Amino acid sequence: MKVLVPVKRVIDYNVKARVKADGSGVDLANVKMSMNPFDEIAVEEAIRLKEKGVAEEVVAVSIGVKQAAETLRTALAMGADRAILVVAADDVHQDIEPLAVAKILKAVIDEEQPKLVIAGKQAIDNDMNATGQMLSALLGWSQATFASKIEIEGEAAKVTREVDGGLQTIEVRLPAIVTADLRLNEPRYASLPNIMKAKKKPLDEKTAADYGVDVSPRLEITGTREPEGRKAGIKVGSVDELVAKLKEAGVV
Amino acid sequence: MAVLLLGEVTGGELSVDATSKAVAAVKALGEVTVLCAGASARDAAQEAAKIDGVSKVLVAEDARYGHRLAEPTAALLVSLAGDYEHIVAPATTDAKNIMPRVAALLDAMIISDVSGIIDAETFERPVYAGNAIQTVKSKDAKKVLTVRTASFDAAGEGGPAPIEEVAPADDPALSKWVADEVAESDRPELTSAGRVVSGGRGVGSKEDFAIIEKLADKLGAAVGASRAAVDSGYAPNDWQVGQTGKVVAPELYVAVGISGAIQHLAGMKDSKVIVAINKDEEAPIFQIADYGLVGDLFSVVPELTEKL
Repeated sequence: MKVLVPVKRVIDYNVKARVKADGSGVDLANVKMSMNPFDEIAVEEAIRLKEKGVAEEVVAVSIGVKQAAETLRTALAMGADRAILVVAADDVHQDIEPLAVAKILKAVIDEEQPKLVIAGKQAIDNDMNATGQMLSALLGWSQATFASKIEIEGEAAKVTREVDGGLQTIEVRLPAIVTADLRLNEPRYASLPNIMKAKKKPLDEKTAADYGVDVSPRLEITGTREPEGRKAGIKVGSVDELVAKLKEAGVV
Repeated sequence: MAVLLLGEVTGGELSVDATSKAVAAVKALGEVTVLCAGASARDAAQEAAKIDGVSKVLVAEDARYGHRLAEPTAALLVSLAGDYEHIVAPATTDAKNIMPRVAALLDAMIISDVSGIIDAETFERPVYAGNAIQTVKSKDAKKVLTVRTASFDAAGEGGPAPIEEVAPADDPALSKWVADEVAESDRPELTSAGRVVSGGRGVGSKEDFAIIEKLADKLGAAVGASRAAVDSGYAPNDWQVGQTGKVVAPELYVAVGISGAIQHLAGMKDSKVIVAINKDEEAPIFQIADYGLVGDLFSVVPELTEKL
């Protein structure tokens, strides 16, 4: 079967996001960008399915600015077979909303006909946690979000999900969308030879217009600000002093 | 205008805290109708009817809603959506599973994790792991949103509001429930607890997490953990507090052996009183703590447990 993995180019996990002084957004110019960490987990899972002989081909797809080609090269270096870049924005500060991303992915999926889509559960920039669910709705497919384990059994996938209060296991009929949570796996690093090989793997370039999808945002961002700061309090010298302070504050 | 709010029903019981906070958040937007769906949902509906600000409760009791699968519940919400401008749920894992699906079926963009409501179409929400707060204005006819409950106070008691039965919607039958593995605990639920004690990587092992649990039990608190502690296998994932875990805002938050990574702070910085215990006096957690104690947690925490 074919597995499709959407990947997003986002601010690197280790870089602190800084709000621009004019309140127009978070500064992304000259900031290190990487693959969204949850998407790395999704790519890793797809590659493991291929290594187990369950999947025959892994296709990575990214929607955004031209520079997302680098993110796709990372997916190829990890082990994806080929990649599709859908250019939908010119400005690195323009985020394509999950609804528009889902519409483009649906069009890609109509052509590619994968049996399984593994996506990250959430992108660490807009923190929407929505693309997988929205895509599944548009396709009329089943969905298994926040996966910590995926087992393919014939025409179905058994997925263990991380939910409030514990774990839930469900069985979804294929084709299906699964979204990856943190504990699904630990993604590999691409080796240098694989990074070299990735440069020769096919990467198709398309545009949102090729699929006839309008990517204009439904949510107008009218402002971005720093969260309210919290002031440091006091250091106490002993447990007795701490207990006294907590009693004073009325919290114990 | 009117609001349809999906009540959080698990195993036939209403999560009153999450539902009530979501009601309080949105009641200024219009009359609030709460939907309780489940294999058994009538008791939950009775509870929802008593929340102040609820004008009506709809109950959909059917086996297909028993295991909180996204597809049937999303279909039910869409079948009822016609009369409402806002479709809302508390931002629990169940709602995060269901609501974006509802939004896509209505051709609307989901507005996730709303932390502030400016007016009927303008909302605030945290982005970049809480490092920025974005204000967004929705152009969609129907607004579908999830509400970050830690940002709102619970509604009081009122009512009782009238309860109406609704017919189940067609079930797409795309997925099947197999099993639930519920962590059994006598402790309060993490997101609604008045007190939380959390441990980080500094705790050092799964066995030593017992120190954290003892302090929590003495305080009648829920137990939390940093992502580092979860990734190291010291604590289960559903204890995780932070942007990728749960967002909490208790009266008292005790952070033990937690350095204070940005992603952890995003999940607990709205707590009323924060206590930090860490041997590294440079740890960033001290920059947001009301009371900081520099010391070895293995001697400080048992002493604190004894003296409280």
